[in-house]
Order: sequence, then C-alpha cells, then structure tokens
Amino acid sequence: MYAWLFGLLPGPLWVRILLAVLIVAVVLVLLAEFVFPWFAHVINLEDSTVGG
Amino acid sequence: MSKVLDRSAAAAPKVRPGRSRALFAVQVVGELVITAGVLALLFVAWYLWWTNVEADAAQATAVKQFVQAHPAPAAPKVAAPSPAAGTAKAGYGPPPVGTAPAHGQAIGVVYVPRLGADYSRPVIQGTSQDVLDTLGLGHYKGTAMPGELGNFVVAGHRQTHGAVLDNIHTLVPGDRIYVQTADGFYTYVFRNEEIVLPDRTDVLQPVPTQPGAKPAQRLMTMTSCNPRFGSQERIIAYSVFDSWQPLNAGPPAAIAKQVAALQGKG
Repeated sequence: MYAWLFGLLPGPLWVRILLAVLIVAVVLVLLAEFVFPWFAHVINLEDSTVGG
Repeated sequence: MSKVLDRSAAAAPKVRPGRSRALFAVQVVGELVITAGVLALLFVAWYLWWTNVEADAAQATAVKQFVQAHPAPAAPKVAAPSPAAGTAKAGYGPPPVGTAPAHGQAIGVVYVPRLGADYSRPVIQGTSQDVLDTLGLGHYKGTAMPGELGNFVVAGHRQTHGAVLDNIHTLVPGDRIYVQTADGFYTYVFRNEEIVLPDRTDVLQPVPTQPGAKPAQRLMTMTSCNPRFGSQERIIAYSVFDSWQPLNAGPPAAIAKQVAALQGKG
C-alpha cells in the first residue's frame, strides 16, 4: 500500500522522498496537536480535580 | 525496510494477476495493522514524554516571568520585626490577601523543597484542562487565596503534562510549602494526606469535609489523581499556614538560592 502510494507521488525520486518526508511530518504534527489530546481526554487517565 | 519488501512483493507476482491482487490485499491489511501499532506507540510516547517536555518548558517560562515581575531582594530591605510581646516569633502581622485574577492568569509560584531542590511551579487561576494541561497548578475558583482564612485549593497533574504533583505522596508532615504571590511569601506546613473518591468536592470547603463550618485556620490543599497513571481516586494533601513575609523582606532562607537563580542573579 505504501509502496503504491509512493508511486503516486510526482517527480523524480528525490522529490518523491522529500514529499513523503513532508507528508509524514505533517501527519505527526496533526496527531500531536489534535488527535492525541482528544484521545487523552477520551480515555481520561489524568483528571486531577475533584468533582470535575 | 518495509518499502524494500513491498517492492519485491509487488514485482514478483506480475506473471499471475489474480494472485497479485490477493497479495496486494494481504499487504494492505498488514501495513494497516503495522500502522496502528506505530500510532499506539507514538501516542504513548507523546503522552508520557512529550506532554511533559511541553508543559515543563511552558511552566518554567511562566515561573521566571512571575518571579522577575515581582522581584524579591536577596538582601532584605525591611528588617524582620522583633517578636511582639507574648508571641514566640517575629511576624509581619496578618497576611495580605490578594484578589483572584482572571481565568488563566498567574496567582504566584509554589516552591516545595521536598519535591526537588529546584521545584517551582506556577499557580494559575482556574482548574479547566487548558490551565492544568500546560500552565501548572490550577487554583479552584471560589476557594480562598493564599493567606486567606479558609482553604486555598490547587490541582495538578500526577502524571503527564509536566507531572506537577508526581511525588505528592512523598511529603512528610512538617514539610514547608512556599507560595510566592505579588504580595509576599506565604509559608505553609504540610499536615496530612488522604485518598478520596473523585466526587468528594467537600475537600474544597473552607473547613475541608465540614460544609458550613466557619473557618478558623488558613489552609492550603492540593489535589491530584491517584494512583499514579490512573484517576480512579484523588490524593488530597492538606497544609496549614505558618507565616508570611513581604517580597522586600526577601525569600525564606530555604528557597533563597532558588529565587535568586530564577531572578537571574545566581
């Protein structure tokens, strides 16, 4: 699947590698900024207030 | 590494298209499962490590800002008043009580030598997620301010997001807890700890667990989750007000070095 997706990227090999790295970086940022905080709130392992 | 495998797998079955399609499907499922595993590991790393890195940096900045905005001279400008007749020790009279700032604004800095020689955390107004997750200790709205008769209550994470109160269970009765505000340094003495269920809001009362009782003491209460890495219970730490001194009298000796370092003079 990833090999196939890599094949869809345009340009010569070095452009495709650069694009792949960029896409992975963007995904990581999105995960850390939005997905993980949301999930941490859902599993709620860390509520430190009373009556909260 | 997987890309190398993918290529050989994709290249080999070109002879028989039917088999290649089935192989591709198996490969996609396999890669998705591996992706899920990597995501789970990434989440654990983010949760247990990265949230601490982020929160520690934000809180160190907040502490520095507050301390530098409210400097306390290392050499006291005000001589400690001599003990009043009939009292055992010097005092500056009843402690001043500040007004609670707006949500998300700093009230002061808490120093707890037992939790580390350089332990200092900001106290921020409010106990919502935005405060506790990055800014530090959160002050329960409506509870007393430092030095006020009644109960000054703060919450902090036990784990993740700076692990502000990770070692709260190591406090020993008699330990000093210092709160620096815009008015001065308030010294509280740790008294006892208890573990309660999360719905026990009566620990926030002016006289904890006694709703309606008229406060005669100045208390400081810290709440955090219990056990560590869980939130089935809450650990509650009570401290009793001992003394205070104005900023221009300098910090208490036990935290003098730390305060000087934060002010950039050490």
